[in-house]
Amino acid sequence: MNNPNALLHRRDVVNELLRARSELLVIAGLGAPNWDISAAGDSPNNFPLWGAMGAASMIGLGLALAQPKRRVLVITGDGEMLMSIGSLATIAVEAPANLTIAVLDNERYGETGMQKTHTAAGVDLAGIAAASGIRTSRIVRTQAEVTEIRDLAHEGRGPVFAQIKINPEALGFVMPPVDGSILTTRFRQAVLGDDSLYN
Amino acid sequence: MNDVAAKSQGQASLPTWPDEVYQTLKDAGVRQVGIVPDAGHSRLIRAFEADPETRVVTLTTEEEGVAMLAGAWLGGERGVLLLQSSGVGNCINMLSLPVICHMPLLMIVTMRGDWGEFNPWQIPMGQGTKAALESIGVIVTRADEPHLVASTVQGAANMAFNTWRPTAVLIGQRVLGAKNFKELARK
Repeated sequence: MNNPNALLHRRDVVNELLRARSELLVIAGLGAPNWDISAAGDSPNNFPLWGAMGAASMIGLGLALAQPKRRVLVITGDGEMLMSIGSLATIAVEAPANLTIAVLDNERYGETGMQKTHTAAGVDLAGIAAASGIRTSRIVRTQAEVTEIRDLAHEGRGPVFAQIKINPEALGFVMPPVDGSILTTRFRQAVLGDDSLYN
Repeated sequence: MNDVAAKSQGQASLPTWPDEVYQTLKDAGVRQVGIVPDAGHSRLIRAFEADPETRVVTLTTEEEGVAMLAGAWLGGERGVLLLQSSGVGNCINMLSLPVICHMPLLMIVTMRGDWGEFNPWQIPMGQGTKAALESIGVIVTRADEPHLVASTVQGAANMAFNTWRPTAVLIGQRVLGAKNFKELARK
C-alpha cells in the first residue's frame, strides 16, 4: 500500500508540469485538476473543464490533431480518466506525437466525498495505456519522475501517458473563468489570433 | 457466391446522396471525421478515408467524438461526427460541452428504430433520438428522401459553423432501407 506521507502533492506536481510552460496548451479535467492548473497561474492557453466528465483526453486528441506544431498537455483525475478509458485506445491508434496525458491519481473521487476509485483497488491505468499501444506510459511516484514527464510533454515524442500517484488531500479552490464562451473564445484567440473572433 | 453477386449488383444501384454529402462537408471545411460506423454511413466513410485532407478517427463510443471535435474547434479545425441513432444516447452529457461553450458541432445520424425497423431492440433509442438531442440543446433537422439529404446537411452545417452551436441531421431509415434479418437468414 502507498505510504501517504511519501506521496506527491498535487500542486507541486502541476507546478512542475507547467514550469516554463511557454506555448504549451493545457486541458484540465473537471474538479481538482481545474483548480490545480488555475493555482499554477490562469492562462488563455488553459482550457479548464467545469463539467463534461470524460471529455479531457479526447479534447486533447482533437486539439493535438488540429495543432500538430503545438504541444498539448491534458491534466486530469483518475475518476475522469476511468470514465473515458476507451479513449486511451483511440488515442493510441491515432498516436499524436504532440499529446501528453497526465493523470493525477489520488485513488479518490475528490469532489464528492473522497470515495475510492478503481485505482485504489489496483487498477493500473498506465498498464491499460501501455496495453492500448501508448508506448511511453509510466507510473510516477517521485518529483524527479514528474520532471521527466514535464520534459516529455514539452519536447518528447508522444503520445505520452503518466499515472502520477498523489496525496488525497483536499485543497482550496482556485477558480478560472466559469463561462464556457469566455474559456473557448479566449483560448481560440490565443491560439488562432483575432481572426477567430470572426465568422 | 450468390450473396456476393447480389451485393455487388446492389452497390451498382446505390443512391448517390453520400457523394453529395461528402462534397457538402468538404465545402463546409470539415477536416476531422469522428465515426462509430453504421452501414448507412459506409460510403461516406470510404470517401473520407480516401481523402488525404481529412482525418477519420474511429471512436470506441460516440461521446468521444463530441469531445474530440470540441478540441478540434479549440485548435481551429472543423469536423463532423458520423453515428447511428443508438449512439446518440451515449452522447447526452458530453453534449453539454458544445452547448455551454458555444461551439459548433455537426452530427449526422443514420436512423434505426424508425421506418420499417424489424429489430425491437432498436425502437427505444430510435424513437427517442430527436427528443433526446433537443432536450440537451441540439438543433435537429431530418431528411427522409434521398434527394433532400445533402441540402439538409448543408443547412445544418451552416447553422453549426455560422451560429456556433451543435446541430444534428437525422437521416431516416426510409432513405437507408430497412434490414430484414429474417430474409437475410433465409438466404
